Amino acid sequence: MGLAKIGMAYMVARWEEKSIASAARKRGADITLIHLSSFHAVIGDRELGGKLPGVVLQRSVSHYVAVSSSLVLESLGLRVVNRGQATAAANDKVWSLALLRAAGIPTPVTGVAFGSEAAGRLADEIGYPVVVKPTNGSWGRMVALADDWEDLRVILEHREYMPQPEMKVHLIQEYVRKPGRDIRVTVVGGRPVAAIYRYSSHWITNTARGGKAEPAPVEGELGELAVRAAEAVGLEIAGVDLFEDPERGYLVNEVNPVPEFKNTVAVTGVDVAAEIVDYLLELARR
Amino acid sequence: MPTLKCPVCGGPVEVPDDAMPGELIDHDCGVTLEVVKRDDGSIELRPFEGVGEDWGE
Repeated sequence: MGLAKIGMAYMVARWEEKSIASAARKRGADITLIHLSSFHAVIGDRELGGKLPGVVLQRSVSHYVAVSSSLVLESLGLRVVNRGQATAAANDKVWSLALLRAAGIPTPVTGVAFGSEAAGRLADEIGYPVVVKPTNGSWGRMVALADDWEDLRVILEHREYMPQPEMKVHLIQEYVRKPGRDIRVTVVGGRPVAAIYRYSSHWITNTARGGKAEPAPVEGELGELAVRAAEAVGLEIAGVDLFEDPERGYLVNEVNPVPEFKNTVAVTGVDVAAEIVDYLLELARR
Repeated sequence: MPTLKCPVCGGPVEVPDDAMPGELIDHDCGVTLEVVKRDDGSIELRPFEGVGEDWGE
């Protein structure tokens, strides 16, 4: 029997992509690196699909490239992890929150408005302070906190003047009074493999923005909720971000389809790359 | 560790032995370089053009 074959589609080889490639080689697997900026394919080209590994991990840093390349690779007959449609749903915060709510998963109260006046009425309904977010994005970029209508009015005015059409979609969320930290649970193949608390004195608690991390318990309610959240959006591999609300308990804030895990590995010692590779190899054997 | 030439300043760039296509190297001249694989399997460096959107955490 030859080496098990898997592929990894990516744009930039970050620490995570190098770890996955290295974990695959340690497992004796043959990993094909699909560097997407050098890749092209005709949609539905099964002949090309036959030359590529049957199972491909999606690791594109660009959300748009991740969705398009997953869909193209799937059209070649390949099994892509995560699937293109799940990645598209996860990248869109309205889409993913709708799926989470439909599955009965607790989330922060979130609404959408398409004009400034309507956004003002939505914020009144939710109650200040509110958080204004882009529908697509990560690292907490372009996320703004409004304590009152005056704050919100200025934020909306800036957004209305931005040329990107998505800036006309105002995603407004309650401000959850979390205890100076949030939680990132990494889910692989329906299992919560690691969890960290992300502390910060700033209200945006993202380790990519300098927050401090500590291990969190992955067993029990926290892990189970993260797995349900990933499944609700159709993700096999996910970074699930949760808040702790003093009254309501865990709230799922978002699900990330191409999660970074450098800080998770540094803090928990869990070999996330090996967990991912084992899951891909399991799929490749099916 | 192979040494390649920076396409911007012409200075030497140490490329790790395990470098992958798509890997980024910050060069002393201030440019971020991307490792790219040529059709013949050898590697070259080019200025990183950036992804222009978010990075996923």
